Amino acid sequence: MTNSFGEFHKAKMFFVIGSNMTEAHPVASTFLKNAVQSGARLIVADPRAHKLVDFAELHLPLKVGSDIALLNGLMHVLIKEELYDKKFVQSCTVDFENLKAQAENYPPEKAAEITGIPAEKIVDAARRLASVKPVMLCYTLGITEHTCGKNNVMSVANLQMLLGNMGMECGGVNPLRGQNNVQGACDMGALPNVYCGYQAVTDPKAKEKFEKVWGVEGLSDKVGLMIPQMMDGLVDKKVRAFYIFGENLANTEPDIRKVEHELASAEFLVVQDIFRNETTRFAHVILPGCAWSENNGTFTNSERRVNRVRKASEPPGISKPNWWIFKQIAKRFGHEWESSTGQEIWDNEVSAFSPNFFGIRYNRIEGDGLQWPCTDECHPGTSFLHKEGKFTCGLGNFQSVEWTPPAEVECEEYPLVLSTGRRLYHYHTRTQTGRCEGLNDLLGEETADISLEDAENLGIEDKEYIKVKSRRGEVTVRARVTPEVPKGMVWMAFHFREGNANWLTNPAFDPVTLTAEYKACAVRIEKQ
Amino acid sequence: MKPSFILNGRTVSFVKGQSILEAAEAANVPIPSLCHMKGASPTGNCGVCVVDMNGEEVLACSTPANEGIAVRTQTPAIVALRKERIKELLDSGNHNCAIGSSDNGDWANFQQNVQASDGATELCPAWGDCRLQELAYEYQVTGGGHQDYTVRQYPEKKDEPLIIRDYSRCIRCGRCVAACNEIQVNLAIDTGFLEEDPFSNPDKAYPVAKDNCVYCGECIQACPVGALVERKARYQFRPWKAEKIRTTCPYCGVGCQQMLHVVDGKIAKVTGVEEGAPNKGRLCVKGRFGYDFIYSDERLTNPLIRNNDGTFRDASWDEALDLVANKFKEAIDKYGPDSVAGVSCARSINEDSYQMMKLFRSVFKTNNIDHCART
Ligand code: SF4
Ligand code: SF4
Ligand code: SF4
Repeated sequence: MTNSFGEFHKAKMFFVIGSNMTEAHPVASTFLKNAVQSGARLIVADPRAHKLVDFAELHLPLKVGSDIALLNGLMHVLIKEELYDKKFVQSCTVDFENLKAQAENYPPEKAAEITGIPAEKIVDAARRLASVKPVMLCYTLGITEHTCGKNNVMSVANLQMLLGNMGMECGGVNPLRGQNNVQGACDMGALPNVYCGYQAVTDPKAKEKFEKVWGVEGLSDKVGLMIPQMMDGLVDKKVRAFYIFGENLANTEPDIRKVEHELASAEFLVVQDIFRNETTRFAHVILPGCAWSENNGTFTNSERRVNRVRKASEPPGISKPNWWIFKQIAKRFGHEWESSTGQEIWDNEVSAFSPNFFGIRYNRIEGDGLQWPCTDECHPGTSFLHKEGKFTCGLGNFQSVEWTPPAEVECEEYPLVLSTGRRLYHYHTRTQTGRCEGLNDLLGEETADISLEDAENLGIEDKEYIKVKSRRGEVTVRARVTPEVPKGMVWMAFHFREGNANWLTNPAFDPVTLTAEYKACAVRIEKQ
Repeated sequence: MKPSFILNGRTVSFVKGQSILEAAEAANVPIPSLCHMKGASPTGNCGVCVVDMNGEEVLACSTPANEGIAVRTQTPAIVALRKERIKELLDSGNHNCAIGSSDNGDWANFQQNVQASDGATELCPAWGDCRLQELAYEYQVTGGGHQDYTVRQYPEKKDEPLIIRDYSRCIRCGRCVAACNEIQVNLAIDTGFLEEDPFSNPDKAYPVAKDNCVYCGECIQACPVGALVERKARYQFRPWKAEKIRTTCPYCGVGCQQMLHVVDGKIAKVTGVEEGAPNKGRLCVKGRFGYDFIYSDERLTNPLIRNNDGTFRDASWDEALDLVANKFKEAIDKYGPDSVAGVSCARSINEDSYQMMKLFRSVFKTNNIDHCART
């Protein structure tokens, strides 16, 4: 997020796109709702009429995967009617002409055709967005989990730059991160292209620096594999030994049948986790790690705030801190690592080697955490980025993008679109929430959420078991007939093994980020 | 010059728009209240914050501080009023924590009735963590004991997950309503219950949650008495037994700050850290109630190695780690460093991800390290 949760309650207007905040980020949504109750305005763009829509002045129910068409349509109106922030565009951005030319191709009528939202409504939305400043834009996986995910992200950034909503309090582009520490895992360099603190592996200076601080030679300067490539590698034998730490890939990746085939092909698979799950079935070695609250460390939230996590309980049996396990393996390769507590790892390594986190030390985050960039030990942390329109690379770059449809679209055989997401009472594959007393009572099984119209046409009753089929598989689940879902759409989650949407989802990926298209594939539903 | 008024004989300044209660609090003169809730509109429901303003009795929470007023918070008349109010509240329900035991001859009978209604032999689950009890002690309110236990009806305790809503201890302060409607904005409790008479229309006279409740438990955290309690924590411990440890929620990317109430090395209850960033005391259902998975019997407790038949056997750390190291060495020797790959965990602490990426980069010499960054 460029901005912070602390700004929500005083924001003047929100544009929320592809984010079911009341279920996926409940507490963040409370601050947004507080703001709306005290007069802030809210526009929601989402195929579903989820709870936040009740608070919105305008709902744009776009067709799944048509985000870029909508955003380009909005920008078309802003440029045509000269409603955009000319000063910001002139002084803080480059390549406006390209954007203008691109947006030219998306008059509201064309955007309407692709998105299914009437042209007047698009014009109206653009005018509303231009009438208030700043507008805070929030998005979640509804933007990224598409084959055009990266383009979607660029498109929302274009809109905010065009409106001049960057670099100020209560504005910005704010992706709410799905998992508690997905921000942190990125920050730590658990990515194929960067060390901790986003220092590129291809940068000879960074390579030299890490060789020095780690006391090693020959660090690779070749960008590594992303998860889908690793999975392919298991089959084509490019990957011979595979280490999975704390991810239940067998349930979370699209097309479970394919994933399980890949995992089963692994020559040697280590899984480090806290429970047996669908993925450990394929392991050769299972290593028991500590869970949350069994050792000391930090998480970094969506607003870049590094918070302390503290030990409250002893880990069961002889399970060990995860960092300890990695250290023991290093030792078996002749590497003696010094740090032997969470604090030593953070203070002496992570923070010491990463300019952006340099000022964040355990003794400074005993109470509230600090938001990076935080470059020295007196730095108060940064609540919003790009202050006064100063971007990391100097000027904000408009990268105009063309709308592309999802990889798999509805057809005669599979006439409905399946979109997936998360529900309030569970978390991912339920390895945790499924073992908490009470939570299963609130939601005990998967459902396929369908519209009133489709239910009526197919003669399906609420709670009746139905079959959902895609080209990859089929599941049997109860139907949940709800006005939240528009005609032509099926909506499901992936919390339960039974009826997991990932038996159906399409392993098609964004060509750059390799994010899977969880949000769109073609399905058909049938009565049992 | 900042505006000011006289508080217990002292001149104190205030900020325009502050209530007497807020201004007094800022001047370090706390005025007791059961219903006041920061960040929500004042209701004046409990009546305990009564003070003397220029000789007149007013409620400090809903009366604005004003230039020139003289406020006294502890005159004998005010204290007497407050005591009366506290006694009324104690008398209004099953308050059996023995603060007011003395002057009602029928206490034993009352206690028995309450225990039957609680389905437990212990005293109230809020004992030791209750604002009403604290005030009763502070103001030495004796007397009480339930006057009407034989006749009074309360809405039923529903058998629902996670929350026990026991309206027999509800003092109708309205804090849960503010928590649900103004703080969390879940709109699951109807206002208007205060207009109903608890004797003639008990089902409508209490803040009963509707079906759209999302079990965030904010109302529990707001309840000053034992009317709303966590089902999982009920009767499990008394507050002075618990060590409080601040930590960060393990679920979504908001990163809410939690206070763990830890008894004998086990988390017994979770509350939000009031004033902590970013959540300012708020939690959702997962953050508040999703802690006990770590105590599941199904936890992995031992390294495991796969047998030829696909089953697993226990192994020592040395054996398991040697095997892992050897297999990775073998692959690297035979096929080069890029023949190994790893996926880190977006749930675990930063320090774990750092160590894993360090292992892959500095030891294995590959950049084949990733996590589900994009989901
Ligand atoms: S709610 Fe408070 S005053 Fe009432 S019985 Fe429980 S502890 Fe005592
Ligand atoms: S649990 Fe949350 S939603 Fe339910 S009544 Fe309490 S505050 Fe409202
Ligand atoms: S309490 Fe809820 S909103 Fe807060 S971090 Fe945890 S899961 Fe997210």
